Amino acid sequence: MDLLYADTTGGKFLLMFIAIAIFVLVMGAILVIVERIPRAPRWVVVAAFTGPALLGISFGLIYPAIITTRSSFYDARGQNFIGIDNYVTAFTRPEFQQVLLNTVAWTVIVPLASTAIGLIYAVLVDRARFEKLAKTLLFMPMAISLVGASIIWKFVYEYRPVLEGVAPDRQPAQIGLLNQILVWMGLEPVQFLLNGPWNNIFLMVVMIWIQAGFAMTILSAAIKAISTETIEAARLDGVNGIQQFWYVTVPSVRPALVVVLTTIAMGTLKVFDIVRTMTGGNYGTQVVANEFYTQSFRQQNQGMGAALAVLLFAFVVPLIIYNVRQMKKSEEVR
Amino acid sequence: MSTSTPQAPIPATPGKLVDRLDARAGRTRSTLSTKLASGFALLIAVVWTIPTFGLLITSFRPDGEIKTSGWWTWFTSPSITLENYAEVLTGSRFQLSTFFVNSFVITIPSVVIPITLALLAAYAFAWIDFKGRNILFVAVFALQVVPIQVTLIPLLTQYVKWGLNQTFWTVWLSHSIFALPLAIFLLHNFMKDIPRELVEAARVDGAGHVKIFFRVLLPLLVPAIASFAIFQFLWVWNDLLVALTFAGGQQNVAPLTVRLADLAGTRGQDWYLLAAGAFVSMVVPVIVFLALQRYFVRGLLAGSVKG
Repeated sequence: MDLLYADTTGGKFLLMFIAIAIFVLVMGAILVIVERIPRAPRWVVVAAFTGPALLGISFGLIYPAIITTRSSFYDARGQNFIGIDNYVTAFTRPEFQQVLLNTVAWTVIVPLASTAIGLIYAVLVDRARFEKLAKTLLFMPMAISLVGASIIWKFVYEYRPVLEGVAPDRQPAQIGLLNQILVWMGLEPVQFLLNGPWNNIFLMVVMIWIQAGFAMTILSAAIKAISTETIEAARLDGVNGIQQFWYVTVPSVRPALVVVLTTIAMGTLKVFDIVRTMTGGNYGTQVVANEFYTQSFRQQNQGMGAALAVLLFAFVVPLIIYNVRQMKKSEEVR
Repeated sequence: MSTSTPQAPIPATPGKLVDRLDARAGRTRSTLSTKLASGFALLIAVVWTIPTFGLLITSFRPDGEIKTSGWWTWFTSPSITLENYAEVLTGSRFQLSTFFVNSFVITIPSVVIPITLALLAAYAFAWIDFKGRNILFVAVFALQVVPIQVTLIPLLTQYVKWGLNQTFWTVWLSHSIFALPLAIFLLHNFMKDIPRELVEAARVDGAGHVKIFFRVLLPLLVPAIASFAIFQFLWVWNDLLVALTFAGGQQNVAPLTVRLADLAGTRGQDWYLLAAGAFVSMVVPVIVFLALQRYFVRGLLAGSVKG
């Protein structure tokens, strides 16, 4: 029995149990020792409780982040210091500019669209008869992997070429739903994933499809927290449904809206699975997160890969600052 | 008398009638808008469900039919086969069953280990008074925003140096570490909510921190643990990036997502494979999700609204 590799199902599960057992034994030993020491100094107890986690974080997050930042200033093989050349390349070369532009479009459009849909849906099904079922339906995509979701949508976009000189009723059947709908409406089928720049939007749809459920959940909770007095007062003033939405609901859930928008934006920034599975980053659909993977593991350009990873990090920072500011503001109001 | 009755109330209570008319108009308006609203909600629900539903039906149709007609024609000429599933699961070329096992073996320790570590750390941050506690906690909290892309290459280099690359160990370790900041933050939030008196009472009884942790806090934290566990389960099971980096294409380590992404790239037109494969990878998370939805929602709310 090799503790590193296992190639049978039984072997793999055995390996798994051994790993968990080792972990439990080590952690148990640490705690037992701490409990046994009479009048253990506080730092020993603190070290026993936080040490393993902090050690892991230092080894797996902080140290690698520093190394990556350093290698973003080095060349492809990590040997020669080249200053900010990688960043200059990322911002000036047209193919990288396209990647950055796409990423910005993703982080603006996806959060706005999914939050809008999530909010409208949360309002519409609030206290409706089938509220729970209705919510589960919108929520379900969150359980699916991005790879699975990409396959689901790739099938929706599936395209069968139109044969020239063949009568419309003898054309090959479209098996993608969207193209079939176009044909039913008397239009030509479209290569949704090939033709830029719209193909970017069709990729974003997958992420919107997943994130709308998240937005709905958070916003629905916020909507339920609006006091009944506020709503009654608005009703007495004779506002209609749409006015109530704009003047009562939206302002009341504003803090939740900010959280949802920024959380989705951060998640969207890092997504690479969708682009990788659906277009492989071709046809003008590349984004930073996937270009990072291509540069690091396919092109073996360590410096460029590192620079792109650092850029991802840099893009997150303004979102966080905005988020924290809004939170402070709403706390002051309270 | 009888002739005057219908006329009499009108001048007497004009306001009331207008009110009543107004109310009725309001009611019709609101039923109309409710109907519109329900219709719109229904439309969204349908649009959200149909893509998955279409692929589900496709996964049960014979290959020849998938290629020549849309899945919606299945309703008029239904035919069901389990051939696609049999082939992706056990067919020697695809062997998704092997990757299915890998997914399980990867996921379980990657959920158990970070939760345990995070619970202990969260306890210290919540209930042990020590110098620098707040700064340390804020630092851990802030690390949530580090994109894991930043860590991959240095970690991979380290694993290769240790000779551990492309084993389960590196995947477990990486997933566990990446989960820690969020896990510590979430569990700390839940732990803070436990009444101080309970902990104080145990302290007065002479219980040490280890005892308080196991006897007092842990039982009360079961729902919180469930919330994070399902979160982490879905995250690890559905992850592609970490697995791709540290397990590579290794048939004995790589999870379903890696294999599925590979199939989507190399056999993009074989919808009978992709459809069945996608559902093989989806069945476990969807079941877990539906069964524990309540806890999942709790975790989401605790993570983002409080945060």
